[in-house]
Amino acid sequence: MTLLPALTAKVRAAAHPGSTGDAPCPCGGGALAERPDATVVRHADTVAKAHAPGTDPAELSLRLAMAARLPDALLPPLDLAPAPLGDRLVTFWPYGAPVDPDTPEAAPWEATGALLAHLHRAAPLDGLPPMRGPAKAARAISRLRTALRGAPHPAAGPVLQAWAALPAWARAEAPMPGTPTLCHGDLHLGQLVRHPAPDGPWRLIDVDDLGVGVPAWDLARPAAWYACGLLPPDEWTRFLGAYQRAGGPAVPMAGDPWPVLDVPARALTVQTAALALAKALAAGRELDEVEQQLVGACVRMAPIPHQLVSEHTG
Amino acid sequence: MQCPKCHAPMHTYNRNGVQIEQCSGCRGIFLDYGELEALTQLEAQWSKSVPPAPPAPQAYPAPPAPAWGAPHGGHHGGGHGQYGHHGHHGHKSWAHMLFSS
Repeated sequence: MTLLPALTAKVRAAAHPGSTGDAPCPCGGGALAERPDATVVRHADTVAKAHAPGTDPAELSLRLAMAARLPDALLPPLDLAPAPLGDRLVTFWPYGAPVDPDTPEAAPWEATGALLAHLHRAAPLDGLPPMRGPAKAARAISRLRTALRGAPHPAAGPVLQAWAALPAWARAEAPMPGTPTLCHGDLHLGQLVRHPAPDGPWRLIDVDDLGVGVPAWDLARPAAWYACGLLPPDEWTRFLGAYQRAGGPAVPMAGDPWPVLDVPARALTVQTAALALAKALAAGRELDEVEQQLVGACVRMAPIPHQLVSEHTG
Repeated sequence: MQCPKCHAPMHTYNRNGVQIEQCSGCRGIFLDYGELEALTQLEAQWSKSVPPAPPAPQAYPAPPAPAWGAPHGGHHGGGHGQYGHHGHHGHKSWAHMLFSS
């Protein structure tokens, strides 16, 4: 594992031009995330991200260009061209202050709804690839199937059945329907930062899944949390209301949004349940109460046909 | 017509179909024969049409939720949600879920 030191040297050089790599850096920079799909390191006001192995450079460049074009919604990159580092691609970003994981009740739901509405109303750049939400859901199912090879689990049946009942587009097996709309593709509370830190306006980060597709997908993770009884109704209402007030096109301005949200929220529920089950199997532990609620939702999906979707997403 | 009290000119107004004269000076009102009864009748009709006292205020309606949602999800409000004032404050797997793909 030589990626982290190499990436650290790179971001240190970018943050502090002319500094020598031997002495510890006075800015106290360090790794913000180290996962198989991404390594993120900060020095002073600069953040470097090593993207997942196999990331397409042309697609990543288009996604960077899109973020640079829309600085009121997306954190703009410091450099428009990804830099190679071994077999990985590295991008540079200004540092932004994230949502405090210890106080999720302070999450900026209104700002999140308004940012998504702004994003969904923007014109996508020519050639921007599809949003990768459904592909991520399919990857979670593959991971579950792999984890099940050695260890069957009673919760796997309902999760896989709920997956099989989804329309092909939601399983990344057919193009997404409707007018191609600019989407984030992987919204959660870790995708928001204040820039400039610590109290600048909120911006969306992480362009890896950005692309064109069904905008309801970006509302679907909070929708799934709400449907599964995890997110309180007040938070859900604040998020959805802010999205609607900002003219977000994914759902009707008033009335029941579920005809549009149903399929993506089912997909995100299945995706989250599949990942939770795969992780529990790998760790040799039982599902906890929250994870059981996700599986419970998958069980209840089976006998209920998905709601008729309106014309623009159907 | 002049006001019998202060002699300023009186203006005619129509109130719910009843013609009344009001003095532009002292604001006094002159009613023709039967007009007081007509107003009294109107008042009685209005009181009758007032709905009974409203019932006790209801809880704010929960937002709609899908049929496959949690049994309490969005339907009853109370007990819903894993953080905040009720529920599993600080539940580790829920806190992690909020921040990950």
